[in-house]
Amino acid sequence: MEIPYNSTPRPDTGLYNAKVGIWLFLASEVMLFGALFSSYILLRVGADPGMWHLRPLNIWLGTINTGVLIFSSITILMSWANLKMNSFEGFRKFMLITLLCSVAFLVIKSIEYGSKFSHGIYPKTDTYYAIYFTLTGLHALHVIGGALVNLYLWGPGSKMWKTDPERFTNRVEVSGLFWHFVDLVWIFLFPVLYLL
Amino acid sequence: MSDNHSVPDFMRTCRFVFILLIVFTVITVAVSKVDFGHHFLNIGVGLLIATFKAFLVAAYFMHLISEKKLIYTVLGFTGFFFVGLMFLTLFSYADFPTLGGEQPEVAHVEGAAETHHEAGADH
Amino acid sequence: MATTTQSNPHHDVSDSHHHGHEELSFWRKYVFSTDHKVIGIQYGLTALTFLLFGFFLIMLMRWQLAYPNQPIPVIGGILHFFFGDNAMGAVKDGGGYFIMPDFYNSLGAMHGTIMVFLAIVPLAFGAFGNYVIPLQIGAPDMAFPRLNMASYWMYFVGGVVMFVSFFIPGGAAKAGWTSYSPLATLTDMQYAVNGQTFWLVGMVLLISSSLLGSVNFIATVIQLRAPGLTWMRLPFFVWAQFVTAFLLLLAFPPLEAAGIMQLMDNLLDTSFFLPTGLMVGGSVSMADKISGGGSPLLWQHLFWFLAHPEVYVLILPAIGIVAEVLANNTRKPLWGYKSLVYSALAIGFLSFIVWAHHMYLTGMGVTISTFFQTTTMLISVPSVIILTTLMISLYGGSIRFTTPMLFVLAFLPMFGLGGLTGLPLGFNASDLYLHDSYYVIAHFHYIVAPGTIFALFAGVYYWFPKMTGRKMSEVLGKIHFVGSFIFMNAIFLPMFIQGLDGMSRRMYDGGASYASDMEAGILGLTAESIRLNIPITHAAFGLALFQLPFIFNLFWSIKNGKKVESDNPWEATTLEWATPTPPPHGNFTEQPVVYRDPYEYSVPGVKKGFVAQNESAE
Repeated sequence: MEIPYNSTPRPDTGLYNAKVGIWLFLASEVMLFGALFSSYILLRVGADPGMWHLRPLNIWLGTINTGVLIFSSITILMSWANLKMNSFEGFRKFMLITLLCSVAFLVIKSIEYGSKFSHGIYPKTDTYYAIYFTLTGLHALHVIGGALVNLYLWGPGSKMWKTDPERFTNRVEVSGLFWHFVDLVWIFLFPVLYLL
Repeated sequence: MSDNHSVPDFMRTCRFVFILLIVFTVITVAVSKVDFGHHFLNIGVGLLIATFKAFLVAAYFMHLISEKKLIYTVLGFTGFFFVGLMFLTLFSYADFPTLGGEQPEVAHVEGAAETHHEAGADH
Repeated sequence: MATTTQSNPHHDVSDSHHHGHEELSFWRKYVFSTDHKVIGIQYGLTALTFLLFGFFLIMLMRWQLAYPNQPIPVIGGILHFFFGDNAMGAVKDGGGYFIMPDFYNSLGAMHGTIMVFLAIVPLAFGAFGNYVIPLQIGAPDMAFPRLNMASYWMYFVGGVVMFVSFFIPGGAAKAGWTSYSPLATLTDMQYAVNGQTFWLVGMVLLISSSLLGSVNFIATVIQLRAPGLTWMRLPFFVWAQFVTAFLLLLAFPPLEAAGIMQLMDNLLDTSFFLPTGLMVGGSVSMADKISGGGSPLLWQHLFWFLAHPEVYVLILPAIGIVAEVLANNTRKPLWGYKSLVYSALAIGFLSFIVWAHHMYLTGMGVTISTFFQTTTMLISVPSVIILTTLMISLYGGSIRFTTPMLFVLAFLPMFGLGGLTGLPLGFNASDLYLHDSYYVIAHFHYIVAPGTIFALFAGVYYWFPKMTGRKMSEVLGKIHFVGSFIFMNAIFLPMFIQGLDGMSRRMYDGGASYASDMEAGILGLTAESIRLNIPITHAAFGLALFQLPFIFNLFWSIKNGKKVESDNPWEATTLEWATPTPPPHGNFTEQPVVYRDPYEYSVPGVKKGFVAQNESAE
């Protein structure tokens, strides 16, 4: 017996396996970042008066990074849509743009980190920077993880397009869902850490 | 989004959503430079815009707007537990035992105010 | 439609794999296998090993409690050889070695951690869940087989990290299984990488493993149920595992977040959980090292947000096993199947909003503590419904007293005792007195040790014939049961008395330094309750002795057990018995179709007395 519903949806749920899987995983991710956001609020509320930095980061770089991530979200959607419309070349093109965006995001992020380090600011400096480095660091790990999966789908994993196009399209969709979630987390991180 | 013919329509929506997201990113940066009079109001406005942007991403990019019931159920429970985690933790921080003050009967006892003051100083 | 598959049991485990599509190498077949049954057995053996190891740790501690600072016979020297002078102190005139306080703390912390995260959960959830769920729902494998393998190996590496931490400078983590900050961060600070670092890295691995596992379990149950297997036809075991998986999925990430933050505290000197003005040894010596501004309570909230659901993770799969074995051996349907299911769901839901009842002593306000007391009392309602339902299911049955059934019959009152003694801990007023005493130890051990572990033993005896094609020895099984039952109670019942007497759970010398001294006018622990440490310790060694028949039985029966006559030796109704024995790769010879409820025993007019789920109405 083969494992059913790998590429076709199960009739009563209307979903294929990987889609159930990724949403469950994202649910646990909501709790992971949710706990960190709760910690952020507690540390901020509990900080001694005047000890919490307001807008200490480079807002320009943050805004650009927000734009980069949102743009990569739309390009990964385009790559999936291209597969849906049977254009493998289109998929490759837009997936490549997505990958370049993730690299750009990480480069900008490391410039930000580097400038903090060069000013002698580390996670141990105070609780603001502790939670800043933890939240953005964990988010960056998610960006790296997502980018690695995307790289696999763009490179060696794309062979599956020839053997099982439907399943491959699903994989791109699932990877996209994760990528949008990473984007969504950043949409909260940006105002919370940079602006408010 | 399983029907192929609807893909171009869907992408048109998404491109529109993308433009909205960029516009709101600019707005949120601009708005953060405005002082609405109270610190909490500034935070509230910022979070409101972020929530709206998150809604756009979740609803359209992740096509939650037309998803299956099962996924709504899972996310509904997740949301509930997340809210429980955040608010119960915050609530238990705000609610700590005090000597006097909180209890009306004790409040009239002589010296209760003084005790309360000491307790406050400890925290 | 075949009712029970007619093919003969195979002679050897390896035989079954010839059904597979191609011949796999040894490594792919037994080590890096993606077959849920192999992974289940890997989980089972690893977890049983850790169970034994965790038991060994507590026996060392029990020796110290009963005979404070007296040399440990036989193995004292061996321990000294491995762990050195810091762990094992020498008795004056060369009489041997005894446990030093720091080492005792390590043993305590690691006993808790290993038992909960490396033994019981992997055994109940990883092993039984993996092996049985796909079989019971008529699926060829888990939904994501490779994820399943990754989950096991992460667990394995996490276990290795925990184990290795004993041998690093400073020894394993010492701050209890709860790892409360700032204690956890401050312990062994002289080492850049200490036992706590290992503990946290191990936990992050274990949590990630659980997350992968739970995603897999939920997706499997939702997506891969056989045709006709509607939600209300699921065996209760599957329901229990399903709820458990949700608990792991949503409760574990906050602890992962907390673990990452404590790791930052530990390695990068941040102050997430370290408050401003932290005093160590009477001075603010930390000022130059940490910034302060953190909150120790934050750790406790995030920790218990996981760790309360975790106790239901420990008990729900056990209840699932109990339900299966009970229905099978009473030969009648479970009474109130739907009540069981809804109770399990209610427990799952409520368990997320009761966590702070572990924190009454942290200075909690009246409003919030009333809220948590209320939810705590609410959650006891579905728990009692479950127990009542199972008890009533016994009524009027013609019970087969097989070994698994004996363990189940012991489980019911033991779980009841553990549950009921939990009520005083759920109320703020009585908890203030009982908190952190031996009463608490007795309470939760009654649920987990003679409760969950008995159910797990029942599961091993019950599903062993499916895994190997042979039954375990009934005689040895019954010896194992009787000895375990007596000694479990001999260990934990006196602890209630000690706890009520006020004995703290964290006493290195068994309470001797807190003894009453009437002449000096000191009112402390009574001599009687301190003396109880000795019979408890003897009972613990007795319990160890009676695990030998089980260990022998488990390995001996693989080759020498009584061969089963059919694929369904217990005459059970659920789908796992409709596969060949042992099930080949891919499990079923053809897709089973389900026509009826899970426990159709004693059906009137049916000669053989039961109707399997996949038997059509005809």
